[in-house]
This record gives sequence, structure tokens and C-alpha cells, in this order.
Amino acid sequence: MTDDVLDLLAAVCLFLGAFLSLAAGVGLLRFPDALSRLHAATKPQILGLIFVVTAIALESRSWSTLLALVPVVLFQVLTAPISAHMVGRAGYRTKNFRKDLLLVDELDEAVDRATREADAEGGLAVKQSAREEPPVKEG
Amino acid sequence: MTIAMNVLTIAAGLLFTGAAVFAVIRIVRGPSILDRVVASDVLLTTLILVLGMEMTLNGHTRTIPIMVVMAATAVFGTIAVARYVTQQDNPGEDRS
Repeated sequence: MTDDVLDLLAAVCLFLGAFLSLAAGVGLLRFPDALSRLHAATKPQILGLIFVVTAIALESRSWSTLLALVPVVLFQVLTAPISAHMVGRAGYRTKNFRKDLLLVDELDEAVDRATREADAEGGLAVKQSAREEPPVKEG
Repeated sequence: MTIAMNVLTIAAGLLFTGAAVFAVIRIVRGPSILDRVVASDVLLTTLILVLGMEMTLNGHTRTIPIMVVMAATAVFGTIAVARYVTQQDNPGEDRS
């Protein structure tokens, strides 16, 4: 009886993982730009994998299998944010997103501010190097 | 109970198939290389999940090491591509 219930739970977990996977596929097709597609793509990477790993653990019912399954989730949790960050960074830098879909672009303001500060500092550095003496710190 | 499990399993297989097909369509069509790299990431994730499903169905645990390695190394391809994307890879406004 308990075995039957656990098997059914495993099948339900498999189905949920597959559903998340299909959601990612549909999102890839339907979403308008690379950054929103990235949002859709990260759904099965963590939760779908956790569902399928739960299904394997429920089906095999041994502690050693559970111990072997932990690094799968661990590595995925460690590496999925890195790849998503790199893709998002590259997508923003190459302007690979629809600006008309954004409500607010906070990074744009930050980039503007950083550019202005870098310009100011760069101009100062040129003047200081022309003077050929270490600048006296003011204040 | 068995019928419900069979239905769930077949449905899961169909959903995985759909996800993989959609990812391949996006790899072929995707206007920029970033879309393609995201879609291939989804394809690889689907592959990991299908390996897990196969283990559940056949009742063995032999492919867990493959799942570990794929989960750990999937990031390298994405980083390698995303690191070298340049402005000229932007397809502009004619996106499909």
C-alpha cells in the first residue's frame, strides 16, 4: 500500500517536472526578447530538476541514492545563476532586449551615473599626470 | 493506481517531447545568439530530466553520475558563448 502511494507520488513529481519543462519550451517560443526568454528558461533548471530528483528518490527508496542525488541539485543550484547572469549581462550590453517593454531601466541610470563619474575622474587624472607630482588630497 | 501512473508517465513523456521540440525550434529560429544559447540550455536541462525519468521508469540508478556531470558542466558552454557576444550579433529590429 505504501509502495503504491510512493510510486504514484513519484509519477506525479515526474509529471510536474515535465510540465515545468514544457512551460519553459512554450515560454521560449512565445516571449518577445532574449531576456524574457531567459526568465522562462530558468524554471525547469531548478524546480523541474528538484521534482525529477524527488521522483527518483521516491522510486528507489534508499539513502545511498538520495546521497548521490544531492550533488545533482547542488551543482545545478550553484551554476544556473552564473549562466543566467552571464546571459543577462551580455543581453543588456548588446541591447538585445525590447526597450519599449520595460517599465523602468534602473541599470541605465546607474550606467549613466558611472559614465559621468568615470569621465570626471578620467579628466582629473589627465590633469594630475600632466603636473608630474602626486596630488595633494584635499579635505 | 497503475492506470493513473501509466497516464501520468505517458503525459510526462509527451510534455518532455514538446519542450525539446520547442527548444530546437527556438535554436533554429532565434534571432540572436543569446536566444540560441538559452534554448540550448533548456534542451540540455530537458535531457537531464529525461535521464531522470528513464531511471524512475526502469528502476535503476546507473545514470546519476551522468546527471551530476551534466548539471555541473552545463554552465561552461553558456558562459563561453555569453562572454564573447558582441554588438554586431544584435539582429536589430527585425526579430521574429
